[in-house]
Amino acid sequence: MKVKVFVRLKDTVLDPQGQTILSSINRMGYDFASEVRMGKFFEFEVNDKSCEQDLAKIADELLSNPVIEEYSIEFVD
Amino acid sequence: MKAGVVVFPGSNCDHDCYHILKHVMGVETVFLWHKDTDLQGVDLVVLPGGFSYGDYLRCGAIAKFSPIVSKIVDFANQGGHVLGICNGFQVLTETGLLPGALMKNRDLKFICKYSNLRVDNSDTPYSRMYAAGEVVNVPVAHMDGNYFIDADGLAKLEDQNQIVFRYSDGNGECNDTTNLNGSVNNIAGIVNEQGNVLGMMPHPERCAEGVMETRDGYFLFESIVKSIGGAA
Repeated sequence: MKVKVFVRLKDTVLDPQGQTILSSINRMGYDFASEVRMGKFFEFEVNDKSCEQDLAKIADELLSNPVIEEYSIEFVD
Repeated sequence: MKAGVVVFPGSNCDHDCYHILKHVMGVETVFLWHKDTDLQGVDLVVLPGGFSYGDYLRCGAIAKFSPIVSKIVDFANQGGHVLGICNGFQVLTETGLLPGALMKNRDLKFICKYSNLRVDNSDTPYSRMYAAGEVVNVPVAHMDGNYFIDADGLAKLEDQNQIVFRYSDGNGECNDTTNLNGSVNNIAGIVNEQGNVLGMMPHPERCAEGVMETRDGYFLFESIVKSIGGAA
């Protein structure tokens, strides 16, 4: 099975890259979005869900920087 | 006094730091390879600028788990002197030796130029040869120098006088116009609570001898030498 880990900036942290992407989207002629936030995405191939706690530790200590980022973990069958 | 300059794959200011420490300051200096676990009895560790491990994942994130850095964390926690410049500052925030984080510059551009810095704390082992409020001119060269810390953390830094350098104009004015990368409160360099660990984005080693455009960085190294104990 696959596990997806999403890392994104906290809502309280400015995201200049997201803002720049939004201006480009606006320049393409689309105006339906009011905000874009950019993040990172990691995909793991694993046997089962027993790794969830270990993954949380990895996400906390390596994949994200808790000062500015938060993460979520999603198992996909 | 003995100094050690850490070499990660991707470090590119290691030789500059080595040169200034050894040839300009006359300090016994060694390189510390990232896979080593022996600090060779140094009194000062310098984490130099560059792109450790290619800046993969986040600047400094991979370096945090290198063998030498775990020893440097122990060394710093026992009061050892650690100076992190540019990528070295990023490594120090990733390890938690310094609070906060360094994000992409506000304008999403790599900034490479001389910058004015106001010395706000001249009572650290790294800044005692400067006068408080003095403005110095030191080059910056970074993409991720936008210092962020939450409001509580910022209040603590300000209250405890941990902010050593701020981006300013030539008169020492610090405001949004003089804030070259978007850092909170114009922060360019901070010390930890104990004062033995300094992280800064500007490069004092690039302006520390007569042949360079300014010599303002020399006094940072002179401060260290005077604090830790004379040249070898």
